[in-house]
Amino acid sequence: MTWTDDARRSVAADGESVLALFPAAARHARTEGLDGERVRADLLVAIPGPVDEVARLVTLVYQRGDNVEKLAVLRALPDLDHSTGRRPPVGGALVDLLRDALRTNDTRLVGAALGRYGADHLEAPTWRQGVVKALFTGVPLDEVEELSTRSDATLRRMVADLVAERRAAGRDVPDDAWRVVDADAAEATVPGRAS
Amino acid sequence: MRIVDPHIHMTSRTTDDYERMHAAGVRVVVEPSFWLGQPRTSVGTFCDYFDSILGWEPFRAQQFGIAHFATIGLNPKEANDPRCREVLTELPRYLEKDRVVAVGELGYDSMTREEDEVFAHQLALAVEHGLPALVHTPHRDKLAGTRRTLDVVRESGLAPGRVLVDHLNEVTVGEVAGSGCWMGFSIYPDTKMDPHRMVAVLREYGLERMVVNSAADWGRSDPLLTLRTAEAMLEGGFTEDDVDRVLWRNPVEFYGQSERLDLDGVLEAGEPVAATSGATFEGNSVLRGSRDA
Ligand SMILES: [Zn+2]
Repeated sequence: MTWTDDARRSVAADGESVLALFPAAARHARTEGLDGERVRADLLVAIPGPVDEVARLVTLVYQRGDNVEKLAVLRALPDLDHSTGRRPPVGGALVDLLRDALRTNDTRLVGAALGRYGADHLEAPTWRQGVVKALFTGVPLDEVEELSTRSDATLRRMVADLVAERRAAGRDVPDDAWRVVDADAAEATVPGRAS
Repeated sequence: MRIVDPHIHMTSRTTDDYERMHAAGVRVVVEPSFWLGQPRTSVGTFCDYFDSILGWEPFRAQQFGIAHFATIGLNPKEANDPRCREVLTELPRYLEKDRVVAVGELGYDSMTREEDEVFAHQLALAVEHGLPALVHTPHRDKLAGTRRTLDVVRESGLAPGRVLVDHLNEVTVGEVAGSGCWMGFSIYPDTKMDPHRMVAVLREYGLERMVVNSAADWGRSDPLLTLRTAEAMLEGGFTEDDVDRVLWRNPVEFYGQSERLDLDGVLEAGEPVAATSGATFEGNSVLRGSRDA
């Protein structure tokens, strides 16, 4: 049996073992010709038990992880939000991980926090701040799930203000800003707002 | 010119340093965990520090085109503080991280019994986690400290070829040369070694198992002294291949023993190697070769 098969089985039998196996999983996966992040996600998905227990272990893996491990956890959250025969969907139980990721300045983590799980579970004020931070730090808005359906008047106002601020400073406006506000509307409203 | 700085404390350096290092040819850095100048008072602050050199710092380095790796360990100065000893129980989980390429920096400060225990314990962890060890020689009582260091290494079961003994000088290098351990030299603006003394050491002891670092930190130091040493080697009659061996292939070989020194994408194919000479590097096949070895 390969290392990764063995690791998946260990976690399925005893969720706690994920703590020791997760950090080394990506390099073992690579030696087997597998994708490291995929194998890490498999280990998280294999954790059995009630939501509280799964959330406790996934949170520990995230907190103890380096940034690449944290990224793998964030990208696995949509998978964890589906039930398996051995545990229910985690629902919003891991939304604190997104809040942590959005506080960082690592653009990979910020982008991942705005993926499918974030679209489904982040409350509006945090989600909007996340989108504006993504624009600020150069995270492509392609990474933001449900951008058009979750955008609202408040987000459009916040992005229009960012556009105005960049223009006032003579700086480039990120192209992706126009995916939230339309350029004509921004032209029309921004000068008036600046008074 | 391509350079690995095998011992530098980047958390203490600015983005200007990253820019200048990249311009000088530095593409890989190894950041050993060490004493921060200000004593730590709990295990939690250690963990935050380890997390920082495995989390934010590699991301920061990557913005400047430099691959960042770390060595993790309890330094001897704080090994004497009972509030910090508990960090030994946290080390095993850190020693499994992908970007940890050695245990370190270890060694002696005041050569106390506590330091003996913590040093030996961490060498055993290196064996257990399949990692090499970075060991520094003490600032005071250096020759006796170097001998005692080599004794402890000999008893540890860690092969000497998996140990890098650092901060050496003319007085201590001879002790290490015969031991089979790797020899590290920290090039400083004033104390320890300077580039020209380093060239003399290389002339006398050869290039095998020799590595050079800036050990730049929050003290008076200069992250470009690796490049200055390379230039001094060329002026002193060493070839470009010699320079590449000491400044790149040797440290890659030493830390490559961890099997975690992932250098994919670190050098672009055809990227100029020697800014001073115009020579070019033949893609990154050498990297792959040494990684697979
Ligand atoms: Zn150091």
